[in-house]
Amino acid sequence: MFNLVFLYVPILVLLVFSFNASRLAATWQGFSWQWYGQLIQDRALHAATWNSLVVAAMSTMVATALGIPAAMGLERLARRSQHLLGSMFLLPLVIPEVMMGVSFLLFFVMMGMPLGLTTVLLGHVAFNLPIVILIVRAKLRKLDLRLQEAAADLGASPLQVFRLVTLPLLRPAIFGAVLMAFTVSLDDFIVTFFVAGPGATTLPLKVYSMIKSGVSPEINALSALLVFLSMGLVAFSLLLQRR
Amino acid sequence: MKIRKVSILSVILLGVILGSGCQRAAEREDRTLYYFTWSDYVSPELLTEFERQHSVKVVIDTFSSNEELLAKLQSGATGYDVTVPSDFMVSIMITQGLLAELDARAIPNVTLLEDHLQRPAFDPEHLYAVPYLWGTVGIGYDSAVVEPQPDSWAVLWDQRYAGKISMLNDQREVFGAVLRSMGQSMNVTDPATIEAARQKLIAQKPLVKTYASEHYDQLLASGDVILAHGWGGPVARAMRERPSIRYVVPKEGGTIWADCLVVLKSSRKKELAMQFINFLIDTRVAAQTSERLLFAASNREARRLVSRQVRENPAVYPPADLVPRLEWMKDVGRAIRIYDRAWTELKMH
Repeated sequence: MFNLVFLYVPILVLLVFSFNASRLAATWQGFSWQWYGQLIQDRALHAATWNSLVVAAMSTMVATALGIPAAMGLERLARRSQHLLGSMFLLPLVIPEVMMGVSFLLFFVMMGMPLGLTTVLLGHVAFNLPIVILIVRAKLRKLDLRLQEAAADLGASPLQVFRLVTLPLLRPAIFGAVLMAFTVSLDDFIVTFFVAGPGATTLPLKVYSMIKSGVSPEINALSALLVFLSMGLVAFSLLLQRR
Repeated sequence: MKIRKVSILSVILLGVILGSGCQRAAEREDRTLYYFTWSDYVSPELLTEFERQHSVKVVIDTFSSNEELLAKLQSGATGYDVTVPSDFMVSIMITQGLLAELDARAIPNVTLLEDHLQRPAFDPEHLYAVPYLWGTVGIGYDSAVVEPQPDSWAVLWDQRYAGKISMLNDQREVFGAVLRSMGQSMNVTDPATIEAARQKLIAQKPLVKTYASEHYDQLLASGDVILAHGWGGPVARAMRERPSIRYVVPKEGGTIWADCLVVLKSSRKKELAMQFINFLIDTRVAAQTSERLLFAASNREARRLVSRQVRENPAVYPPADLVPRLEWMKDVGRAIRIYDRAWTELKMH
């Protein structure tokens, strides 16, 4: 109960104060839509939102496309190399994100790559990949191997086995991985902070720099919209998984 | 055979399409100006106006502190054309060779700068930097509660206001306030003086509610603090919510700061960048910016175009007789280590 209060009360307060007529975060001066109005007109915010969505979508797609074959390959390896390679893939999940950010930055600069949306995208793929691998592998372990063997036995080519048997069985896991990767990418701050360049300010970076010029209810309004968006995404995924 | 021809043809076609795409992207790149600035520092209407005039696109990225800006540029981020460091950061960026030399002929509006910004110590010839917005550091207070009206930094040590004082969360500015209350410059390097200042700050700490550089305008407006050490702009914002708020730069003097427009050495669009700078310090544009952000415009003509309420607000436009008593924050060289240690000790105390 205590936990629930801690989790939801701040969000509720944030939602309520996004409709505050006053600029002050602390005092209520009546209902107003003005912050949502400002939000719609803020051009820098549009650009940041667009950047965030593009990076999240692209990095999720790339990470999923690379992660599924990687997970399947890992499952087929001998136990010892599976263990070794598997932990190597998971390393990005446990090393501090700040270190990841710095090492990416140094790497990109060393390679002479200009910082920008591309470097942000690469960074996001790098931390999304382990997430996809982790989720897909967990599902692969639980699959009944006999189904794939039966398909092969009945004359299906390896590609057909993958397309018609394995993939459909993996679908809920893939969907979960996609959603997870998308969300993580959408609100990543640290790695993005290090590798962002001209024209690559994402939403979290923008929100952070907005605080410098005073916490205005515009941030509340923005956060309220984001809360609704992520709630919508979760509801959508639940709906799809139920089918 | 036929299939092969078709495939070769399609590869060529694809190449042409991609190539022309790239070319177009490169052209677009030539007409794009990357402006790295503080959040909310430029109004969208003005940007659109500049874009129409010069048929270019301006892309904005934001940073939240001078240190962040420097770190970003030092780590090798290239591609930004124009950015807005504060005065002391301009000196550092000049030393590090990050800035491009400006061409005075390309920025004719420079002649309209305020007299005291014409030859600033950090860049006397405007070789690298053009002041854009400026202001002071002083004390915001609630005139309904603080009696008599303060005129000395000593008020921040007044026991009567214990727990109702906020100080900037900024090492040099906090030391600036205490050093001035002792009749010193904020740029002293003498260890004994800095030590005395540290003692005084430790004595003040029980009275201080918070060290904040960001939301003290809200604290002032809500009445959580009644004395706030801070920049004029946020205090002016607080006045709109609570009319009894006043702003003063005490008689011992205060800091003057200026955010300056600079072109980065790595920029490949220096001409366009200088046109952009000239546009931003244009009288009408500067006046609009000043009115919205509640900082003083560097253009001396702009003052006449802002509303009386803003022009006569000492938190935004410092009165002319104050200017001689204002002091720029300078690099203190090695002494910065003494400041660093004293500041850490103060925070841990």
